[in-house]
Amino acid sequence: MRVALRLVPGLWLALLVAAPLALVFVLAVSWQSNGVPPYDPPWAGQGTNPDNLRLLLEDPYYRASLAQSFVVAALTAGLCLLLAAPMGIAIARAGRWRNALLAAVLLPFWTGFLIRIGAWIGLLRDEGWINAVLRGLGLTQDAIPLLYTHGAMLLGMVYAYLPFAVLPVFAAATRLDPVLEEAAADLGATPGHAFLTVTLPQLFPALAAAFLLVFIPAAGEYVIPELLGPPDATLVGRVLFQEFFQNRDWPVASALALALLALLTGPILLFQRLGRAQ
Amino acid sequence: MKPRLTLRGLTRRFGNVAALDGVSLDVPPGEFLALLGGSGSGKSTLLRVIAGFETPDAGTVQLDGTDLLGVPPHRRPVNMMFQSYALFPHMSVASNIAYGLKREGLPRAEVAARVAQAIAVLRLEGMEARKPHALSGGQRQRVALARALVKRPRLLLLDEPLGALDANLRERTGFELRAIQRESGAAFIMVTHDQAEALALADRVAVMDHGRIVQAGPPREVYDRPSTRFVATFLGAANVLDGTRTADGALDCPGAACTLRAEAPLPEGGTAVALRPERIRLATEPGENTAAGTVEESAFRGESSLLLVRLSGGATLRVSHAEEDGAPPPRGAAVRLAWDRDDVVPLLP
Amino acid sequence: MTPRLVRVLLWGGLAFLWLPVVLLVGYAFSASSVPFRWGGFSLRWFAALAANDRLLEAAWLSLRVAAGSATLAVLLGGATGWVLARHGAFAGRSLLGTLAGAPLVLPEVVTGLSLLLLFVALEGATGWPAGRGALTVLLAHATLGTAYVAVIVQSRLATRDRDLEEAAQDLGATPAAAFATVTLPLMAPALAAGWLLAFTLSLDDVVLASFTSGPSGTTLPVALFSMLRLGMTPEVNALATLLLAAAALTLGLVGLLLRGRD
Repeated sequence: MRVALRLVPGLWLALLVAAPLALVFVLAVSWQSNGVPPYDPPWAGQGTNPDNLRLLLEDPYYRASLAQSFVVAALTAGLCLLLAAPMGIAIARAGRWRNALLAAVLLPFWTGFLIRIGAWIGLLRDEGWINAVLRGLGLTQDAIPLLYTHGAMLLGMVYAYLPFAVLPVFAAATRLDPVLEEAAADLGATPGHAFLTVTLPQLFPALAAAFLLVFIPAAGEYVIPELLGPPDATLVGRVLFQEFFQNRDWPVASALALALLALLTGPILLFQRLGRAQ
Repeated sequence: MKPRLTLRGLTRRFGNVAALDGVSLDVPPGEFLALLGGSGSGKSTLLRVIAGFETPDAGTVQLDGTDLLGVPPHRRPVNMMFQSYALFPHMSVASNIAYGLKREGLPRAEVAARVAQAIAVLRLEGMEARKPHALSGGQRQRVALARALVKRPRLLLLDEPLGALDANLRERTGFELRAIQRESGAAFIMVTHDQAEALALADRVAVMDHGRIVQAGPPREVYDRPSTRFVATFLGAANVLDGTRTADGALDCPGAACTLRAEAPLPEGGTAVALRPERIRLATEPGENTAAGTVEESAFRGESSLLLVRLSGGATLRVSHAEEDGAPPPRGAAVRLAWDRDDVVPLLP
Repeated sequence: MTPRLVRVLLWGGLAFLWLPVVLLVGYAFSASSVPFRWGGFSLRWFAALAANDRLLEAAWLSLRVAAGSATLAVLLGGATGWVLARHGAFAGRSLLGTLAGAPLVLPEVVTGLSLLLLFVALEGATGWPAGRGALTVLLAHATLGTAYVAVIVQSRLATRDRDLEEAAQDLGATPAAAFATVTLPLMAPALAAGWLLAFTLSLDDVVLASFTSGPSGTTLPVALFSMLRLGMTPEVNALATLLLAAAALTLGLVGLLLRGRD
């Protein structure tokens, strides 16, 4: 009976998590074709196809795309952390305001991700609110192009992922023992010094987890670069969509997915270790 | 009297560690037995085997002559009071107590009557509708006890029943526990690591070490006549003196620079005796069963003082000096210690 | 002893998070046809929204997909979390744990692509699922939701002692009765939270839905996404206002329900 109960989730996960991932591996060494579906698997007669993976290594377009994704993801995660660390700590110490402040961080999340990105489109475009304010203040005559820039993309990414980074910092900060800072003060540390030498070091695992929690999904982000970024922000998520939907090249798209996965293996394993340690 | 519970040769291994190593024990009906031991001694595992949450690798468990091992926990006429109390957090006090009766499918009226009775016995009136998190530690303890007792088990298992209570409450609750046990007539098996609790409450104490019962008997007997070095030091921290057995059955102890003689000769191969701190007195004259030494430390403990006396042979003895015998000798004083043959307890090799 | 800079950054961060939302709601009531320009108070964009059949249809489909996938996720994720937390060590436990957690750490594009490949291969081999649409989106969202529910349920059960289930059995409950009367009520808050989270994730997802929906499965986010590619419209302001109101209401209700519990 108990064994049968284990089989239900086991079979579901095997079918909808393990099997699909295995198919990505198969597709990455398959051949593009004009049939339906548009690929020939290795066992259809042509054997394995090494060209898709080789293409990623040799074609600078794909290499640059992967590299750019990592840079943008790291910048996003870093900027998120700069805001999330003080926010998480301050909320954890806000006493009876703690829950209200936490809700204030999480509530915008429920307006819907796309709508909040849409709001930034409205704010950033040439006739948008920000340019109107700048003109109103007499700071500029002509509209400054803000939308469809790298800056807009980064802003949108930080905006979308910030709440995810606040949560682990907040959770760790609530577990800190306030007596330790008092002990540091008792031993002669100024409040700022106590914060830097006693509080922050204890939060390192949570800060690292928050960084990775943003970095991992940001590396594969598709929607925000598409809506806010310039055309030359060819992040791997966008390239994957392009290969899949426009070029109907499923094998190359799968190879890209595989490459992204391979590059993220280290961060993912580190993230899971940090999660277990807490 | 036929035993209520019969354990024979119980063995349970976790990897290389034997949590239970051939435990055999009889518990008569109506007895209050304490299983006393340190952490990892196997006492909790034994309780879980009887309740049915662990299956032994070998041995038998019988209740009133019926084998229990093939019976799943929910059909055993045995109930347990968990160390954590394991009160269901989403149920009121009354629902917690009624839980086991409802599982028996008893009529609603009978369930209500028995719950009310249990609530009265354990002085929980007015708490019926409260959730466990709204109770004090002592109240939670009584709810846990009521929940197990209301099933009228033939045998009640208690895992550190007083462990989570503070010192004041512990004494009062201990007396209540004894009274409830006498009235219910059920056999109680209590697991504890607290020797004072075991000695105060139980009819019989079974001391466990490394998965075995090393000694079982009435509290006074186990305390006064410990059979092994472990029991002697675990219960009441007796002094243990090592030496060599003389031809006439005394112990030649170089550390104490004297010979210790017991009422009966030491067993063949015996090399140690135990001596309770409170059985050692100050003497003036040398003679049989005396030793000389110097007071190294003295600690006032209310009704007595504890002295650490270094004997001329190098051994240190813990000596309890009663207040009623006057002021204890000061630190550095030379003293002579004496004890009776009766108080020298030969230990098994 | 929180340094002032930390507090300044907290308020700055909150302002950053709320600025677009506040402006969005305010300008939803503007008569101007340019978003974020004040043209006097008007409800015309709410009316326009009510007349936008394409968007309303997508919203209705999204709600059904979200409710269905969240329910499926609670059933399967609940079972997974319970097995991981309460079945001790069994053969395949670590594999099960890894698979259950995988969708949480995989980039969406990878999950979406892999699920589409599965649905296509399945259809080729068995004829099912015939084409892609609401059903395949629902299955994809349930896969992601299951992972979240499993984690929430597992950690909830991990904080509660196994003693409780053993106590129930000790008091005469069969394993099934102990599960129904003790384990399930303990899991309930986690299941409710998991359902809400899975529901929200489904309502917010573009990537998985883009891969696994056919022409018949356009969810609200997918419809919004194609609208936003062409730029922002005041209708979206109105929609955002409604969604925010619904979210605040739900949160308030959940808060009220959870008050008085442990």
